[in-house]
Amino acid sequence: MNTLVTIRDLRVAFDGVPALHGIDLDVGSGEALALVGESGCGKSVTWLAALGLLPSKAQVTGSVRLDGQEILHAPPARLDAIRGGRIAMIFQDPASSLNPVHRIGRQITEALRLHRGLTGEAAREEARRLLDRVGMPDARRRLQAYPHELSGGQNQRVMIAMALAGEPELLVADEPTTALDVTIQAQILDLLSEIRRDTGMALVLISHDLGVVAETCERVCVMYAGRIVEETAAQTLFAAPAHPYAAGLMAALPPMTGVRRRLAAIPGGVPEPWSMPRGCAFAPRCPLRGVACDAAVPPLATVAPGHRAACLRPQSQVAATGRLLVPA
Amino acid sequence: MVRFLGLRLARALLTLVLVVTFAFIVLRLSGDPALLIMSADAPPEAIAAFRQAWGLDDPVWQQYLRYFTAIFRGDLGQSMRDGRPAIELVAERVPATLALTLPALAMKIGLGIPAGIYAALHRNSFADRAVMLLAVAGFTVPSFVLGLLLVLVFAVQLGWLPSGGQDSWRHAILPVLTLGIGGAAVLARFTRSAMLEVLGQPYMRTALAKGVPWHVAVRRHALPNAAIPTVTIVGFMVGSLLAGAVVVESVFSWPGVGRLLVVAVANRDLAVVQCILLLVATTMVSANLIVDLLYGALDPRLRAQAKGANG
Repeated sequence: MNTLVTIRDLRVAFDGVPALHGIDLDVGSGEALALVGESGCGKSVTWLAALGLLPSKAQVTGSVRLDGQEILHAPPARLDAIRGGRIAMIFQDPASSLNPVHRIGRQITEALRLHRGLTGEAAREEARRLLDRVGMPDARRRLQAYPHELSGGQNQRVMIAMALAGEPELLVADEPTTALDVTIQAQILDLLSEIRRDTGMALVLISHDLGVVAETCERVCVMYAGRIVEETAAQTLFAAPAHPYAAGLMAALPPMTGVRRRLAAIPGGVPEPWSMPRGCAFAPRCPLRGVACDAAVPPLATVAPGHRAACLRPQSQVAATGRLLVPA
Repeated sequence: MVRFLGLRLARALLTLVLVVTFAFIVLRLSGDPALLIMSADAPPEAIAAFRQAWGLDDPVWQQYLRYFTAIFRGDLGQSMRDGRPAIELVAERVPATLALTLPALAMKIGLGIPAGIYAALHRNSFADRAVMLLAVAGFTVPSFVLGLLLVLVFAVQLGWLPSGGQDSWRHAILPVLTLGIGGAAVLARFTRSAMLEVLGQPYMRTALAKGVPWHVAVRRHALPNAAIPTVTIVGFMVGSLLAGAVVVESVFSWPGVGRLLVVAVANRDLAVVQCILLLVATTMVSANLIVDLLYGALDPRLRAQAKGANG
């Protein structure tokens, strides 16, 4: 698998307060990668920064390469061609992510003109085909609709159609189902997987919902307080999480089979960005905290082939010895 | 749509009726025109004759009915001072007022909106702060102070421009500036905040994320949305084209509708006051109606509501 996007030491600070502390991330062509973590952990910021979509008060450093070409701080014209053309992005709240005063047909054809040079009838026809493709009923008539005339799920389909307009190699879906009903969520996730199968497009799914991730992605990066703390195959993460934070997330999930048990919450809260601990950011909440944890930030290290964790006492070793961590 | 328009029109008419009624009541309560116009020393018979001539000794409700039915015949009454039809007196003042308020409106729009957009696009820059400082100064200083200040500088100190009167276009410069600066300041602040709000909306991020260049996104996605709230303020300014210059006309002794109103109120020249109020109310109500229609054109969500009202 060739690497499509390579992110190295990506750092973001807002007004001097760091939000991302050096992200290293690779996305392979056609792969489905999940970025999970709670709100504010930096998963959206990572991709907004990579695409230059953060407000100018954000200081962004590091490197983001697309096919080996640096795109961070690239000239506007180059970024405009990449956004929507090679890397498309869809967002959490589809209703407010579409412009309320323009018909959706116009919003889709805008992308078609920018990236594929289609205009007039050809663009309208392609927009209709895209709406059909994302499962919009009565696509031709819907081109004339305004976003407020559609439901949330339909609007998200429009967003996906718009993202597909540029035939991107990577779709970054930022919490695409969070604002939707559960039944619609499943439909949208299925749609994303289906499109990925058909087009070979890579997918980065940003989510705080492990269920969503399990269903859609092959590889998962768990983020905590502006860092990636664990990176592994989705199955491995669910079977044997290495980082105590990831293990805590699993323990907080209701089991699908077997006896019901009390769900375990992770005690404490995420440290504020302006008062981060010197060592591991999770240490204050960690049941396995040791003296070394407070000394320095643990680097992302390999715990098994294809499985890395930023922890001095990775869990899978503990689990292997028969002790199972369930945070109090 | 027809029903939507009908509803709005009915509401506009009701507003006018209320304005006329309210003005009638307040004016009758606030003093006896006979005493003011004839002066209190006039012989009682003369005052009684005046009252009878103008129907002031009839019961108030009769006067009201008479006045109201006359309006529907297009008769707005005569001035009690010189007996000429009130509408004539007012009409001959309208061009003078418009000569001030129309250029001022152009200045407000031409200066205020671009300044507000520029400030929003360069938020927190030096230019933004400068524009906002000027805007705050512009709209906190009352027009009579600003007018006197301008007179002091440009008429008294520098002697470049006349301080009052209506003899040439040069006489209009200071009053137009006085009116325009305040309005441009209001509009600049309003446009800036409307733009800032829109620039922070998720659909702007969507536009950029699909590769729309920044300046195109501003033009195509931000401006049409920011126009919606801005239209309200501009509509309000259009509505006050006739009545917005009362103070400034007085400061610069400009013989427009505003000064006529001040004189007529002081004299209890009922027909003239009511005629002006009706005219002002009509412009305001018409401006409101136009704004409502513009809303529908600018915002499809409101169009849907209008359609909903249509049943």
